[in-house]
Parts: sequence; structure tokens; C-alpha cells
Amino acid sequence: MYAFEYHRPTSVKEAASLAGQAEDMKFLAGGHTLLPTMKLRLAGPSNLIDLGQIAELRGIERSGDTITIGAMMKHAEVASSAEVKQAIPALAEMAELIGDPHVRNRGTIGGSIANNDPSADYPAACLALNATIITNQRKIAADDFFQGIFTTALEEGEIITQVSFKIPSQAAYAKFRNPASRYALVGVFVAKHADGARVAVTGAGSNGVFRVPEMEQALSGNFAPEALDGIAVSQDEMNSDIHADAAYRAHLVGVMARRAVQAASARG
Amino acid sequence: MTTVSLTVNGQSVTADVDPRTLLVQFLRENLRLTGTHVGCDTSQCGACVVHLNGQAVKSCTTLAVQANASVVTTIEGIAEGGDLHPMQAAFREHHGLQCGYCTPGMIMSAIDIVNRKGNALDEQTIRAELEGNLCRCTGYHNIVKAVAAGAQAMAQAPVQQAAE
Repeated sequence: MYAFEYHRPTSVKEAASLAGQAEDMKFLAGGHTLLPTMKLRLAGPSNLIDLGQIAELRGIERSGDTITIGAMMKHAEVASSAEVKQAIPALAEMAELIGDPHVRNRGTIGGSIANNDPSADYPAACLALNATIITNQRKIAADDFFQGIFTTALEEGEIITQVSFKIPSQAAYAKFRNPASRYALVGVFVAKHADGARVAVTGAGSNGVFRVPEMEQALSGNFAPEALDGIAVSQDEMNSDIHADAAYRAHLVGVMARRAVQAASARG
Repeated sequence: MTTVSLTVNGQSVTADVDPRTLLVQFLRENLRLTGTHVGCDTSQCGACVVHLNGQAVKSCTTLAVQANASVVTTIEGIAEGGDLHPMQAAFREHHGLQCGYCTPGMIMSAIDIVNRKGNALDEQTIRAELEGNLCRCTGYHNIVKAVAAGAQAMAQAPVQQAAE
């Protein structure tokens, strides 16, 4: 790991001010992507701004038809939150599928979303649950936030403070995990909202998380696994690597989408 | 250098560290607590698991400075005087180790599982919860037996359980 200067602000304002002054800086959330990347010297920021001591980035709150989660909430905290389990059980279950117990005790929702790893789980939840990403500067719809692999709408120095999810009437996440990394080879999050269904896929796309309009249209008419019969995603834009080729991933998208709808329907 | 102050195994520790010092490096090299191991150094294997504010974390993927003002418990901190922690005793009794390299992390994870899931653990739960700990000897069968027995023993030893 290359040397860096470490900063430990206690407010978002202080963090943003530090970010404005510090050259070549990165924010540190749970550190479970950034620190391994720095250990490999694939990243070597001169300044590291630790968001871990900022109380205002924590908390889970339900209000009307949304549940809002602080950016520094850890995966284990989301997975075990009574409010999340009650409002969107699929979201708590998804958080429980990230990494392993130790990773879930450190990794954060804000870090996952800001990183936008093409195989991360949270980006799929954000798209399917019509989330709003709230930063220290503005509110960004999830549909506008994720802009390709490891790319988001965040500006330099902008800090995610909260993520607000729309509570659906039914939802589920089906994940086919890489058994070694526990990242999603393919993960499909489906949600039924009052204004229609949403289907978001992670792990599969060569350009990161994406929605599947054909599936959404079919499920908006009939939220049942058989509604997806005959709908296939093209392998042209699928990721292909040593773990699975594009055709396999494209096939898995259909399989996992059916499983997710089945699970959501079974929950009632 | 950055000053870090924390409590390790019940003792207050303050040190000036290079900010890039990993928690596991700090424990092993500054404090000479070499019971916490470095296996893969890539957050996969779990040999470096310690408790940070009562929760199991991988100390190879945590900076020492991130543990500022925190409470850390390592494998050296769970025995009560000369008495092994019930989970340590169960690993010995059930031969839950072969080479022993993964054992500190296994035991710290096992105690964390009991703290979260209670004392009656079935095999499926133990195997699922241990997914962040690798045993390259593949000695899982006895590890699972040891965790189940240790979990039950922890229920009968409330004083030692409170050593956390």
C-alpha cells in the first residue's frame, strides 16, 4: 500500500471541506473494496478521508412509502434491521447475501453504491426499488445514478449521505453467487410497485447493472413467473469471463428472474 | 504518523502509526499479539478475524486508525486466566484443527456466531456462518462439531462468555 494522509472528519460538512482542499483524495467507507485495491497498488490516493466517525451518515428511517438508509450503515445492520425486514424483506435478505459475515460487519451501502462494482448487489436493489440517492449536494434517481462499470453520477468530492428506497408491494432478489468471491455471477431484483414492475440485473451486463423493460412490461400485466415465458435477454451485452460466458449469463438472467418472481409471489 | 488509541483485550493502547498500518499488522507487530494470523491477506480466508466492538471483522482489511476509540478482542483475550474459553476448549476436545493456522480466526468467528445466533446451532447454520473462514487442511467436519459443542458450553459458562 502506498503512503497516504489520513483524515477523520466528524461531519459531512467537514468531510466535504477536506475533500475540497485535499489533492488526489478518496473517501473511505467500510473499506472492503478500497483497501484491497490500495493493497494491490491499483489505487494510491494521497489523502484518505474516513467517513466512519460521521454520525449523520447512520440510521434507518421509514416514512410513508419509503425507507431511508444512512450511507454508512453496514450490510449486517441492514440485514438485521427490524424496520427494513418489515418494510422490504427482500432488501434485508439481499444484504444478508453480500460477502460473508465479517465483510457484512464492515461493508456499507453507501460504499457499495458509490463504487458501482458490476457484480455488486445494492445497485440492482436501487434500480428495482426506484431508489433516490441523496448526497450532500442533491438527490439523484437511481436510474440516472449508475452510468456503467465503476461509474456513477457522483461528482468529485460529492458524498452520498442516504439512500431512499420505495417500498414495493412485492419484491425478491435471486442471486447466483460465484462461490469463491460471493459476488453475483447474476443477480436479479424484482419489485412490484403501484405504477408497475421493475426488474434489475447485476453481475451479467458488460456495462454494469441494467433494467429489463420486456420483463417489466410482462410482469406489470401479470406478476407471475409464467409471464416471463419466452422472454430472453440478448447475450450481446453480457459479460464474459472465466466464470461464465455471455450465453450462460444471458440464460441465467431468465432463470434468476423467474426464481425472484416466484419468491416474491410466495411471500404474498 | 497518526495517533491511534484503542482498547485491546481489556488494556488501553495508544500509539503513533503510519496510517496505512493494517489492524492485523498493528496487533502482531506493535503489540506482539501474534495469535491473529495473516492467511490470504485479501479478506477471503478469515485467519485474521478479531472482534471490533464485539463484531467479527477481518483485521487484514481494516486500518488500525479505523479502530481508533474502539474495543478489540483477539484470540489472546478470550481465556480467563489459565482456563480456556469454552470455544477454545471445544476445539481442543473435538480436534477442530489440523495444522492450526486457521484456528484463531475460526474460534473468533465461532464466538461471534454464538453471540448472534444463540447457543443451539445446527450443522447447516454453522457451515453457512463459517463461509468467511477457510481451512486449507479441509478439516471442516471437526470444526463444525467443535463449534456446536462450544456454543452449548458457552451457555453453561456465563462468566467466561462475558469475557468479551
